[in-house]
Amino acid sequence: MSRAITNRVIVWLPYIWLLIFFLAPFVLVGKISLSEPAIAQPPYRPTFDWADGVAGWWGALKAFSIANYTFLTEDALYWKSYLSSLQIAAIATLITLAIGYPLALGMARAPRSLRPVLLMLVILPFWTSFLIRVYAWIGILKKEGLLNQLLLSLGLISEPLTLLNTNIAVYIGIVYSYLPFMVLPLYANLEKQDHTLLEAAADLGASRIKAFWTITWPLSLPGVIAGSFLVFIPAVGEFVIPSLLGGSDTLMIGRVMYDEFFQNRDWPVSSAVAIVLLMILIVPIMLFQRSEARAREQAK
Amino acid sequence: MTRAWNGFNITSVVLGFAFLYIPIVLLIVYSFNASKLVTVWAGFSTKWYAEAFANEALVNAGWVTLRVAFISATVATVLGTMAAMVLTRLTRFRGRFLFSGMIYAPLVMPEVITGLSLLLLFVSIGMDRGITTVILAHITFSMCFVAVVVQARLAGFDRSLEEAALDLGATPAKAFFTVTLPLIAPAVFAGWMLAFTLSLDDLVIAQFNSGPGATTLPMKIFSQVRLGVTPEINAVCTILVAAVALGVIVASLSIKRQEVRRQRAEQLAQQTS
Repeated sequence: MSRAITNRVIVWLPYIWLLIFFLAPFVLVGKISLSEPAIAQPPYRPTFDWADGVAGWWGALKAFSIANYTFLTEDALYWKSYLSSLQIAAIATLITLAIGYPLALGMARAPRSLRPVLLMLVILPFWTSFLIRVYAWIGILKKEGLLNQLLLSLGLISEPLTLLNTNIAVYIGIVYSYLPFMVLPLYANLEKQDHTLLEAAADLGASRIKAFWTITWPLSLPGVIAGSFLVFIPAVGEFVIPSLLGGSDTLMIGRVMYDEFFQNRDWPVSSAVAIVLLMILIVPIMLFQRSEARAREQAK
Repeated sequence: MTRAWNGFNITSVVLGFAFLYIPIVLLIVYSFNASKLVTVWAGFSTKWYAEAFANEALVNAGWVTLRVAFISATVATVLGTMAAMVLTRLTRFRGRFLFSGMIYAPLVMPEVITGLSLLLLFVSIGMDRGITTVILAHITFSMCFVAVVVQARLAGFDRSLEEAALDLGATPAKAFFTVTLPLIAPAVFAGWMLAFTLSLDDLVIAQFNSGPGATTLPMKIFSQVRLGVTPEINAVCTILVAAVALGVIVASLSIKRQEVRRQRAEQLAQQTS
């Protein structure tokens, strides 16, 4: 096999695969979001048929309707869900940062021999099932659950708290599930920091707290940004956590879209929901990719 | 003053790991609980494991999941390694920008969107949903993770060895299989492991793309969990957690050992030359 042919095969095989199974489906989502729902199988009326040729294409362009999108703006459920997803994801990201930063800092300052073990301990939950880790919280948070039992026996509360099926449980779920995503980039950054800077600050009379805010924190910002995006972006579209831990009043767009699809069987509207979600997320995704590219440049 | 590991640091590490591990430990402990009530301790028992294995639907779902994970991880590793070669070696070809975009986008794409879009594709080409469609879906998103893992390894790769093989008359394919592949094997294996666990774990994409007779374990767990926590599900979860943890620890130890051996061999080669 000549080199040129080999090259062609290794380019085209993954390329064509992704074109068919990644790009084409998005075009389809876009297309179906512009068609009308129907009571049929599949439950939408195609705006055009691939077989109709050019004439069909032209007719189809005229038949496209943005009704599904205007529907999204009319029904308060949707824009409320988008807003509350963004809000929940943002707050959860901040909490994750508040918990993840001290943990990453403690790991980075641990004795050198201990660090690989600590790193392994952060990565391990990342490999174990997401679903199982969320499920584990149900037994802890429910009314007769372990947390309430503990608090009652300590005499801290006199009546069991309602935690499961509330937004508090959703926050706990997101923070718990995504903590490793926050800790890993932070640790990578903090571990590389030059600690002689802190010594210099101490010699010059800065307190530990002042040294942290003037040296460690500003230097760690790339890690903070990377970690925050890694938590925020997937949290916005989260489905498993709100549907297992959240209540009926927990509005998150991933769950709304899922219900629209499986319960209402309205494929065009759920496609439109997906397209709008993608548009919202494209900004943080691009920002994330840019900060990653800059970090790679600096590493060189 | 050295980098002091002070009381605050130690406390935050201990509390952080307590937060990460206590829920899983409790899940495991309560899977050995004799009581049907998940949160009341009534003595040690392994009966829920026996019951889980006697539950035909659960065992079937387990087999479906393993089959899907094995096939999709293997195909994804082949395609992902190819994609990594393309990303690091062929810096200029038409459509490279689109190609790298398609590799990185699925990594952060919300699962509901990936699941929905693939389903719409399968419906529009008239493909019946079942185990094949789940496998195709899993290959697509996990090949991108494999590509990123292998690419990191290829980026720090000394190409002169491969060029030497080519100069000595090896065909590109032979050079790849005898020189390149053995050197990047740890990353390829890590990629396979990642693809395998991603597939094992996936609920949302499987939910969209699966059909009758192709219920995976996460789907089964999810539908039961909605009805409440049961000790049987705790037992199944414990088995999964233990299997994955064992796999990851063994794999990372063996990769480490291989790495050390390779470094030693390289040092030896430099000393003798």
